Amino acid sequence: MPDNHLMKPYRPVGFAGYGAYIPQYRLPASEVARIWTGGKGGLPIKEKAVAGLDEDVITMSIEAARNALARAAISPTEIRAVWVGSESHPYAVKPTSTVVAEAIGATPHTQAADWEFACKAGTEAIQAAIGFVGSGMADYALAIGMDTAQGRPGDALEYTAGAGGAAFLLGPATAALCTIEGSYSFTTDTPDFWRRANETYPEHGERFTGEPAYFKHIMTAAESLMEATGTTAGDFRYAVFHQPNTKFPVRVATELGFNEEQIAAGLLVPDIGNTYAGSAMVGLTAILDVAEPGDRILMVSYGSGAGSDAFSLQATELLSARRSAAPDTLSYVRRRTEIDYATYARLRGKLVLK
Amino acid sequence: METSRHWRLRQQRYALVGEVCPNCEVKIFPPRDICPDCGEEARQLYQFSGRGEVYSHTTVYQAPAGHTDNVPYPVAIVRLEEGPLVTAQLTDLDDRSVEIGMPVEMVTRKLRADGERGMLVYGYKFRPRLKQGEAN
Amino acid sequence: MKPNGKPQILIAGIGMTPVGEHWEISLRNLALDAISAAIADAGGLRPQALYVANMLAPALSGQSHLGALLADYSGLRGAEATTIESAGASGGIAARQAYLALASGAIEVALVLGVEKVTDKDSRQVEAALATASDADYEAIQGVTAGAQAALLMRRYLYEHAAPDDALAGFSLTAHQNGVSNPNAMFRKAISLDQYANAPMVSEPLNTYDAAPMADGAAALVLARGEILPQDNSHPRVEIVGSAAATAAFAVHDQPDPLTLAAAAASARSALMQSELQTEQVDLFELHDRFSIFAALSLEAAGFAERGAGWKLAKDGEIGLNGRIPICTFGGSKARGEPGAATGVYQLAEAISQLQGRAGMNQVPEAAIALVQCLGGAGATAATHVLRRISNEI
Repeated sequence: MPDNHLMKPYRPVGFAGYGAYIPQYRLPASEVARIWTGGKGGLPIKEKAVAGLDEDVITMSIEAARNALARAAISPTEIRAVWVGSESHPYAVKPTSTVVAEAIGATPHTQAADWEFACKAGTEAIQAAIGFVGSGMADYALAIGMDTAQGRPGDALEYTAGAGGAAFLLGPATAALCTIEGSYSFTTDTPDFWRRANETYPEHGERFTGEPAYFKHIMTAAESLMEATGTTAGDFRYAVFHQPNTKFPVRVATELGFNEEQIAAGLLVPDIGNTYAGSAMVGLTAILDVAEPGDRILMVSYGSGAGSDAFSLQATELLSARRSAAPDTLSYVRRRTEIDYATYARLRGKLVLK
Repeated sequence: METSRHWRLRQQRYALVGEVCPNCEVKIFPPRDICPDCGEEARQLYQFSGRGEVYSHTTVYQAPAGHTDNVPYPVAIVRLEEGPLVTAQLTDLDDRSVEIGMPVEMVTRKLRADGERGMLVYGYKFRPRLKQGEAN
Repeated sequence: MKPNGKPQILIAGIGMTPVGEHWEISLRNLALDAISAAIADAGGLRPQALYVANMLAPALSGQSHLGALLADYSGLRGAEATTIESAGASGGIAARQAYLALASGAIEVALVLGVEKVTDKDSRQVEAALATASDADYEAIQGVTAGAQAALLMRRYLYEHAAPDDALAGFSLTAHQNGVSNPNAMFRKAISLDQYANAPMVSEPLNTYDAAPMADGAAALVLARGEILPQDNSHPRVEIVGSAAATAAFAVHDQPDPLTLAAAAASARSALMQSELQTEQVDLFELHDRFSIFAALSLEAAGFAERGAGWKLAKDGEIGLNGRIPICTFGGSKARGEPGAATGVYQLAEAISQLQGRAGMNQVPEAAIALVQCLGGAGATAATHVLRRISNEI
């Protein structure tokens, strides 16, 4: 890969703050199996997080953003972009980001926009925020990946389509809890998963979503980034990948040369499911909760359609001082109320009420 | 659809922004522009912390139109730590029972949809305080 | 005029419909029934002004402008007429407006009508309409109902005063007992403590028997200046000797002390002062028991009990027809039924029956002075009247 494929801004940037949000309800995969397979067959995860009746991508983004702001310890008026990436924005037209910007006090002198690209809608907002801050256009930009993804009842995706995500506040590297050494994006037109405009549930290409989609894009993005930065798996203390189920990120980690210990902290999918646009990002928040200054971290997202954003990160001294200003991600993971399939159907609006 | 009515209240609803009386320093929520204590003009905005405790609580089973999709739901009067009482739904309770005096914190949640095609109305609710730092 | 120069405002006649689900009777026909009965009771005296107490007609019947509608419909075309709305206190406030008009001398005969029709829309729409009496921006938007407001107060009351769960049972038991012999009451069966204790919850801790049933009804009073009433009026004369209204902080959360009904206390104090009477002289108290917690709080506000001790009057049997302070003598809202804005007029009509000795099996012995009070919302408005039986001589 030629050198100029690595993306680095003029001004070094990093994450000045980070925050997660995961709703409290959990639907065990065994419950989905109970209804649809008579309890037979393997389970791709243990359980997934489900949003409550009064929650959606807007409410969840607000809380994650507030957590990020608490860690950054800046006034919300310094934020000049509020960007929310999701594939379950509450409105088809009317931005999520303006409500979030208003709620956190970032309005009116700010950019706001909604982003989408399946499961990497959050990391592409991060890429753009790196440019926004790195160019000097702004000192702070907020990038959020959040979803309340839906799976068709009885479909394989129903076991794993979970709710949650994370917010990252981009700022100058001097104010960062974690600096960004460089990033890279790999994109092709690969139709592994899609949803037409007026459909409720997505379609997916079954096994086509594996090799030509998930694995090809993550592997290529990760290898390209490592080659461009002159690093190998061994140089990273932690790695986190898009996590649609337990098998895929474990396998891709192995193929890239990462071991179990490196991916353990960020591997949340068994307990909360696939949080789509926030999936790799929420894993990263769990890593930042425990990383030590100087630790290198690799994050590679994946979005169907398809593409991957890869980031090489390094924790700073500021991280240990600031991270306790907001709830750690495991607090959210452990905040757990188990529900059955009937309650889940009600919460997810699968009952016909009118 | 009552778009403009809800829109005017967005700061109060989303973020619990009230007023502080410049004369007697009492914190006021909901904002009302004239201090209920000393009668002077009070238009200075004040950001409440969102922390409080339950003053009283109940559960609604027979909801009015517009709220029927959410039954049963808990409602409470909460004493904010800065002084005022506020009426709000509670959320994220699961099986936990509510007690008078229970510490709660404000979260921004969906209050209602103005019909199938109307605006989504967001506003404050309160939940039991999330414990911080369980993993550290 | 009375010897001290103050005008004498007397009751000329009363009328009311039974309270219930009147599927066959429309809003305007309910009104007509009550108005006709009151005018007949007044010996055919024709009012010059009509004060209509109503809250829900615009939301539930698509009808506003009731003053003109009902004047026209009841044979009073041409009379000045208007609607008075103060949520549940509308009846008492309408009576106050009539009193003021008569006291000013501008009007000589006035008719006060309370009418409400709640059965033409479903319960969710009724709840939403009732919730407009609370703060639309800060209470109703949270899905708070009138019952939920009362439940919040009830729970706090039981907590602050360390009262048992069934502390308020006596209010319900007494009301239902009194309803048995009221032919206009919606519920005419007594209930037991056991039934109360096992009743299903409406909104914890408020159960079914803590809440009055909303229903249709109309009641009317003909009021007149004393000098124009014929001497041989058939019933003992009843005079309005005290009339007052007040407001308090609007939402429950706005009250400096949510467990003190400030408007009820202020209007009761004022009405009693005007009448030159003390609480001890009151023979019966028609208070607004829309929810049982308001019965306890109203007794405290009017001075019959200290703050937090109102419930003990119920427990100790002091509120029955032969008790120290009989309340809800015809069943109150609990058993007679709660016809919204009309309640205040029913209360006055019932108190008047008592003072005229026409209360039948519900008669409070030798009743001469009645205190009557209705509340709007959770007490944001209160209207209080003091009525006195006077001898038939001047």
